[in-house]
Amino acid sequence: MHEMGVVIHLAKTLDKLAEEQHITRIGSVTLSVGEVSGIVNDLFVDAWNYFRKKHPVLNDAELKMETIPAYTHCDGCGSKYETVKHGKICPNCGSKETWLIQGNECIIKEIEAETADEELINQEDKGEENAGDL
Amino acid sequence: MKIIELKESITASNDEDARVLREELKQNHTLLINLMASPGAGKTTFLGKTIKDVGDKIKIGIIEADIDSDVDAKKLAELGVEAVQAHTDGMCHMDAGMTRKALEELNYQNNDLVFLENVGNLICPAEFDTGAGRNVMILSVPEGDDKPLKYPLMFTKSDVLIITKIDTISVFDFDFDKCEQRAKKLNPNIQIFKVSAKTGEGMEEWEKWLSAQVKQWV
Repeated sequence: MHEMGVVIHLAKTLDKLAEEQHITRIGSVTLSVGEVSGIVNDLFVDAWNYFRKKHPVLNDAELKMETIPAYTHCDGCGSKYETVKHGKICPNCGSKETWLIQGNECIIKEIEAETADEELINQEDKGEENAGDL
Repeated sequence: MKIIELKESITASNDEDARVLREELKQNHTLLINLMASPGAGKTTFLGKTIKDVGDKIKIGIIEADIDSDVDAKKLAELGVEAVQAHTDGMCHMDAGMTRKALEELNYQNNDLVFLENVGNLICPAEFDTGAGRNVMILSVPEGDDKPLKYPLMFTKSDVLIITKIDTISVFDFDFDKCEQRAKKLNPNIQIFKVSAKTGEGMEEWEKWLSAQVKQWV
């Protein structure tokens, strides 16, 4: 359920960006998602495949998900350990005084996009592979 | 095709909607409080008691967000406040866009204070900025003092933690100090009130804080 809400906002953000930067088509969207961000990748991709059809610019945009590993810092002994493997309790000293360094992010890293100017260039240059798409 | 680097939050569009809504509310002298809690924590009872106590001094409106049904809105409307029901269409949280729609339906400008009773859930509502001026969460004694460990984001995003149902403390193993420590560790600025909406214990302090916030906002 949560994934759907995030996808709606992702689509809106990209729609707005497309308008601002005169983007005509987005080929792919790369997200950086933390291991403990609470996003379920499979559900997210399903929701994306449904919503992208409602936004012309996003019709063929493939979703790429990169994982940001989660690490926790231990205040007890100062060590850094893998969050998913060990959770809240430090595997080195048993302390519960720990905090997450990274791994709960959810960021749009980059997109592959075609702009209106590019389309013109492609139309002029018949040798371009994208020309066929136009 | 060219690569455009964004490095932007995935919910950036909501963050922007929320920022605009918050400014508008400020200009219209209405404080929106986003109230979050688990199902059954006692949000509606707590709101009911607050309305009874300060409703004659502060003009209060209510938005009840639920996946379905309007039982809560009806219950609160009986207390003489204006209440609208916002349905989230199956979604587990309210975002700024849904909140705006509900506020418009409420004609929020007539109120000094609007409570948004968010969907009962300690996870998703914390992820989405609703445009509220203050975020308040409720944790009830029966839920346990370990909740800050399990739902850290909610405690990080809240300005206030209300511990409710303190009249039941004798039958539950709830350690106030531990809970406070855990919450403060996540969010050193969090304000904590211990109340029972049933007996009225501790409500006065919360209501004092609330009245001060409303004055400050307008």
